[in-house]
Amino acid sequence: MSRIAGTFERLDREKRCALMPYLAIGFPERDSVLELAPALVEGGADMLELGMPFSDPLADGATIQRATERALRNGIRVEDCLNTVRRLRRQGIDIPLLLMGYYNPIMRYGEERFAEHAAAAGVDGLIIPDLPPEEAEPLRAACAERGIDIIFFLTPTSTDERMAQVAQRASGFIYCVSLAGVTGARSQLSPALGPFLERVRRFSTLPRAVGFGISRPEHVAQISSMAEGAIVASALINKLEQLPPAQHRDAAREFVAALSSATRRG
Amino acid sequence: MTYPEQLPDGAGRFGPFGGRYIPETLTAAVSELERAYLEAREDVGFRAELDRLHRTYTGRPTPVTFAARLTGHCGGARIWLKREDLAHTGAHKINNALGQGLLAKRMGKRRVIAETGAGQHGVATATVCALLGLECVIYMGTEDMARQRPNVFRMRLLGAEVRGVDSGSRTLKDAINEAMRDWVTNPDSYYLLGSALGPHPYPLMVRDFQSVIGREARAQLLEAEGRLPDVVVACVGGGSNAIGIFHAFVGDSEVALRGVEAGGLGVESGRHAARFAGGQLGVLHGTRTLVLQDEDGQIALTHSVSAGLDYAAVGPEHAYLKETGRASYTYATDSEALEVFQLLCRTEGIIPALESSHAVAEAVKLARAMRPDQIILVNLSGRGDKDIFSVAEQLGVKMEP
Repeated sequence: MSRIAGTFERLDREKRCALMPYLAIGFPERDSVLELAPALVEGGADMLELGMPFSDPLADGATIQRATERALRNGIRVEDCLNTVRRLRRQGIDIPLLLMGYYNPIMRYGEERFAEHAAAAGVDGLIIPDLPPEEAEPLRAACAERGIDIIFFLTPTSTDERMAQVAQRASGFIYCVSLAGVTGARSQLSPALGPFLERVRRFSTLPRAVGFGISRPEHVAQISSMAEGAIVASALINKLEQLPPAQHRDAAREFVAALSSATRRG
Repeated sequence: MTYPEQLPDGAGRFGPFGGRYIPETLTAAVSELERAYLEAREDVGFRAELDRLHRTYTGRPTPVTFAARLTGHCGGARIWLKREDLAHTGAHKINNALGQGLLAKRMGKRRVIAETGAGQHGVATATVCALLGLECVIYMGTEDMARQRPNVFRMRLLGAEVRGVDSGSRTLKDAINEAMRDWVTNPDSYYLLGSALGPHPYPLMVRDFQSVIGREARAQLLEAEGRLPDVVVACVGGGSNAIGIFHAFVGDSEVALRGVEAGGLGVESGRHAARFAGGQLGVLHGTRTLVLQDEDGQIALTHSVSAGLDYAAVGPEHAYLKETGRASYTYATDSEALEVFQLLCRTEGIIPALESSHAVAEAVKLARAMRPDQIILVNLSGRGDKDIFSVAEQLGVKMEP
């Protein structure tokens, strides 16, 4: 069984939803993730989403744009992202690690080559916002062969027909976008989230992880009763931006610990 | 190789180019747009309304002008200009903006979003929104706003809200990123994309709306010269004016099609926007095409004296026209464009847009090597009033703006 499937199965037995925080590789410094990732694991992260920088991140809001622009200035390349995963595995981090990035750098690296190197580094899944399932076939096949899941998205505006199409090609889990918009912390979850997640369940038995706009323990608590996973990105980056780097490790651990305490199904 | 009649296919592909590489958050909006456009395309009433507005508002058909003194100056082939500079708002951009504006109205949309580089598409969109009573938000890189101040003021006069974009290189590609983010956040708005780029159905739709240029020019030249031109020349940024004039001639195998990209400071300098000279297969803004990028797949910063050609990706149909050999592409540098800008002013009494000057520069080169009984048709895609400040600066002339 894959690490991702195994994690969701274990958490289901423990009656918890998965907590997946996001870090941008190369933010704030080149190798920061090597220190921050273990802190997130200590804090209770069940999976990690690691951002690969791209010059034109059109699905991301201002926070993640800033973080990935900084990563580019720090000289982060695709190879550095793969190396980061390799080094985290060497440090003994054993939870699912997913790379989030845009399609062009992967295409340029070579899809087969990327899948091969990602598998060797210890990557469990890929999240590529500008690669919808109907355009993803070559990369999906190359990844599936090597046990890597490509995570596809569904949104509250997805039609039933679309949900069926996406569900057919999905593996790992379904990334359920909580709202119409780009990534970024919001103060409240949409009241339409529950009915949306129920619709997703009609089309797929895969775990549903909710992302976009999640920033507080009470959001995670709400999600734990409706879905199998919660993804937190911009809120953590915002938190780190406000603090001097010397405090990042502790702040990241505490931030995730507070969210993790809300993952138990009520 | 013959060029297939029916392109793109149902998935928006031109051979290996095109497609729809968009976030899932845009899928519903783009599918709705595709359905609505394919329906409008077959609707006689929609086409009649567009034709009527083109006659009574845009000023179509625009004429073709025989450039007698320019032809004499070159001493070769006869040069004809298709005068899109005479269309309302001063460029071909109005053809697409009007078509899509009518579509937005038909879809019941009230708010229109657009990006702009040089400001011509922004002005055309603001104009159409004023005409049709639609709310209009234009995204423009702050770098471009500084280069094109008159157009920023024009858009505001026309009632549009111009939002400066400060991210990335602060030019067209960043304005497109920001417009797409707005659309994701406001899926009920209409995104009026300005060139033959982006996810399907935009490359098809923009070509359809711009192809009026070639249809008119083909008929006008047949009437004036009794035959088709030997070469059709157009500048290529995203490629909407070029695809607009090429499309009617694609089936005429005896007519050569020649696209001209921005060579900037020279291709070897790395500061240019010549995708066919330095680009690699990639995906940008929803379409698979040739993209200027670094070895790690990050999108390259481009340079051109003309903001309208300053973009890292070329429209997917041009990539396919090149691959099939149906069209060929070259580039003109900043200094060649500037020189021809002045030449056309003095020989024909026409101030061309810097973008269009790239096409004229290539026509001048071609004409010299051709016989006097041969014909070159150039798409003069826009007028150059917007460019006089940057041209003055390039020529070292001090002018109070």
